Amino acid sequence: MSEYREPVVDLALAREHGLTDEEYARIVEILGRTPSFPELGIFSVMWSEHCSYKSSKKYLKKLPTQGAHVLHGPGENAGVVDIGDGLAAVFKMESHNHPSFIAPVQGAATGVGGILRDVFTMGARPVANLDSLRFGPLDQPLHQYLLAGVVEGVGSYGNAVGVATVGGETQFHPCYAGNILVNAFNLGIIETDKIFLARASGVGNPVIYVGSKTGRDGIHGASLLASAEFDAESEAKLPTVQVGDPFTEKCLIEACLELMATDAVVGIQDMGAAGLTCSSFEMASLSGTGIALDLDAVPQRETGMIPYELLLSESQERMLLVAQAGREEEVAEIFRRWDLDVAVVGRVTDDGRMRIQWKGETVVDIPVDPVAKSSPELDRPVARPADLGERQKLDHASIAPEEDFEAALRELLGSPNLCSKEWIYRQYDQLVQGDSAIRPGGDAALIRVRGRDGEPTAKGLAMAVDCNPRWCWLDPHVGAMAAVAEAARNVACTGARPLALTNCLNFGNPERPEIMWEFAEATRGISDAARALETPVVSGNVSFYNETSGRAIYPTPTIAVVGLLENWQRHAVSHFPQSGLSIVLFGESREELGGSEWLAQRRGLEAGLPPAVDLAHEKRLHGLLAAGVARELIRSAHDVSDGGLAVALAECAFTGPERVGATVRLPGTIRPDALLFGESTGRVIATTSDANALIELAKQSGVPAERIGETGGARLSVGPVEGDSWLDVEVASLCECWRDAIPRRLGES
Amino acid sequence: MRFAFDSVLKASAQLVWHKEPELPPETRAVVLPGGFSYGDYLRCGAMAQYSPVMAAVRRFADAGGPVLGVCNGFQVLCETGLLPGALLRNQNLHFGCEFVDLRVERASPPFTSRTAAGQVLRIPIKNGEGAYFAAPRELERLEANGQVVLRYCDESGAVGEASNPNGSVANIAGITNERGNVFGLMPHPEHAVEAAIGGTDGLFLLGSLVDAVRAAGSL
Repeated sequence: MSEYREPVVDLALAREHGLTDEEYARIVEILGRTPSFPELGIFSVMWSEHCSYKSSKKYLKKLPTQGAHVLHGPGENAGVVDIGDGLAAVFKMESHNHPSFIAPVQGAATGVGGILRDVFTMGARPVANLDSLRFGPLDQPLHQYLLAGVVEGVGSYGNAVGVATVGGETQFHPCYAGNILVNAFNLGIIETDKIFLARASGVGNPVIYVGSKTGRDGIHGASLLASAEFDAESEAKLPTVQVGDPFTEKCLIEACLELMATDAVVGIQDMGAAGLTCSSFEMASLSGTGIALDLDAVPQRETGMIPYELLLSESQERMLLVAQAGREEEVAEIFRRWDLDVAVVGRVTDDGRMRIQWKGETVVDIPVDPVAKSSPELDRPVARPADLGERQKLDHASIAPEEDFEAALRELLGSPNLCSKEWIYRQYDQLVQGDSAIRPGGDAALIRVRGRDGEPTAKGLAMAVDCNPRWCWLDPHVGAMAAVAEAARNVACTGARPLALTNCLNFGNPERPEIMWEFAEATRGISDAARALETPVVSGNVSFYNETSGRAIYPTPTIAVVGLLENWQRHAVSHFPQSGLSIVLFGESREELGGSEWLAQRRGLEAGLPPAVDLAHEKRLHGLLAAGVARELIRSAHDVSDGGLAVALAECAFTGPERVGATVRLPGTIRPDALLFGESTGRVIATTSDANALIELAKQSGVPAERIGETGGARLSVGPVEGDSWLDVEVASLCECWRDAIPRRLGES
Repeated sequence: MRFAFDSVLKASAQLVWHKEPELPPETRAVVLPGGFSYGDYLRCGAMAQYSPVMAAVRRFADAGGPVLGVCNGFQVLCETGLLPGALLRNQNLHFGCEFVDLRVERASPPFTSRTAAGQVLRIPIKNGEGAYFAAPRELERLEANGQVVLRYCDESGAVGEASNPNGSVANIAGITNERGNVFGLMPHPEHAVEAAIGGTDGLFLLGSLVDAVRAAGSL
């Protein structure tokens, strides 16, 4: 075999590839011989945590994935949800945590690129991005650098490919100091009769490679980088981070969509994690076929690449497709017009084997299914963290009451977690494609949907991404339910009906029983909430090993919910739209300070049980919001979350185009700091010009509702029904401490 | 952009592939839209100037035909030499997407006939290299010839440092060539053509171009 010499494959080399002794034994058993070097590489990536979901499978199987609107659930590149009139929403969220920590700009950029490919691979035109970002403390120079780099990366890719970034969330917490989170979400629109899947059917059909050339970048990027924890040597992993080329991606999107408008395509798959290997195995496995590949035909950026590298490269902006035999030239013509590489690299076979040739020799010959389908499924040990009881211990009576409500509100509004994220989303094109009806800064983003002819339809899609990791750390089951509930509530606040969700499950090392317990509990919480709210899980991603030197992140199951508005023009905003409106509070405020921002910031305590989640109430609230907005009774609706009622009221007052103050009188017998800053779930602040009618509607819906005040003036005044105000502050001055909090900390204002 | 002309303004816009050597014979106006031509690699607009179609655009402009460049289109026009000056990296080094106020300095066909001088338009910008620069002599000439069409301003129309979003010299947001038939601007009028999404101030600009073409007897 030419001049290059392969390393000797043995157990030691298998271990270096992250395979266990049992896994290696199974490989030898499957093949009936020692694997070749490229074969070992293939098994190691296909059976890596990232590609095989071996630790999480057991739990993911239990998630509810079916629903009346679900056209395709998990298992495809992205979830597909019917939105009527022959159209569907295609969406997914994916993590790019480890690469973004090592190389923030490229790591984040390629995260966006990857999720875009998952969506347009199915034939959808990508229309909206969301980003869920988590960093260590913002006063650390490292995290200022990571924030700036990640935001630049997200922006540089999304902006250049012409997909609007319409929303997201950003949090800062010491638990991410050694392991940041970058979760990228994309949504596309597709015609329901033109959905493309990862299939390699039709014996003799050509397997065609399109997009960028293959280089040595990103070898073992996802499989090794994302499947082991960080240590002091992590920076040495830099070469495993891929480099993004958004211009090629843009051309690839347009070329693929152009090709898909013909009937030449049988199946298509993006080359993401584990590149050529993963895409070809998945396509063959899903079709019950085999593939014969010729590596010499693969377009190569560098000379002297060996099979191992060609098969495992994670070079970006590449796709693999199977076309109808005889249509090769038609396919090639389209890609050449877009200046993209295109090459027939193989044929579909009927023997269920992956046979790969290089320089006239067979370098890989393995059965498809045992690699793709029979990857290991682990039942890892699970144990409740020993200190969980300690975390949850909180005696409300022992918490010193808040003595200065205004100071507390200012501190919360100016804190990195609650302050304006404009410094971030200003760097994203929020407008491209011209359909952003609600841009970043509201509860949820809202985009108008275009139809088959490219003309606007009446439909709108609302979307939001949420998670409260502190709650998940205190109680992963409740925390995960709350994440689903909050994302759905945010979507419902626009008037949209939540349809389905996607998730990114970011956790520590699954080999530790307490991490596995957190995972099991969180997925149980997602299941419970997704069932109750009728928002099935249609796609998602698991990211384990988010820890550095043995210290794990808080469990962070980020949830993105997508909802449908039949008439996008009839939607509610989150800010107070004008003076003279009644303010109505939906839901109940309970004495719940556990896990709150107020407790963390004003008392330095992360403890207690998170607020209770009443899923039946949440479901009724969705119905109320949709009905109230549709009847134009609700003018604005804002979810009460981090920082409680006081923070939510302040946000209502200053996030609109005009500042609108309010006078609010809160009934209730609970302690005032819990009333102002407690984070009881299931609450929404709505405005209306007809409070009686709205409260009547709420009553019919079974949702507690009270008129708590009215909008107007330049001040925000909040107090009890009788007695002096707790707070009476100029809205403009509140806005000031909220607006520039990030640039101030970065020394940019 | 096409949606703004076709669906909102009911003019018939046609996409022309960048590798075409000629513009369609019935062309009455050319619009170079925004959008990261060649990924902005090397320098914004630096590679697109060599696209085959640009030679035809130059001939069209030389013959007096109206040419509008928005954002990356403006950058391409500067790189091509159809407009003077250059677009530099924003002063704060960040990409910036936001709605800004623009004061109309010249209200005349073919690009601003629907406006009045001094009128304030609210239109978004979204760019990383939007700081307009011209050397002092060039700038003097631009001002003297009335080639400055739009300036960043505040809500009241006042032009100052505080209302300059990117460090553009003299708060310049849009300029024409000396002849007045080539207009480049960084703001995106096509994102302000519908009341419910972005407002309608962009129609003052795009509508002016449609009016000019219609007045010339076509469309």
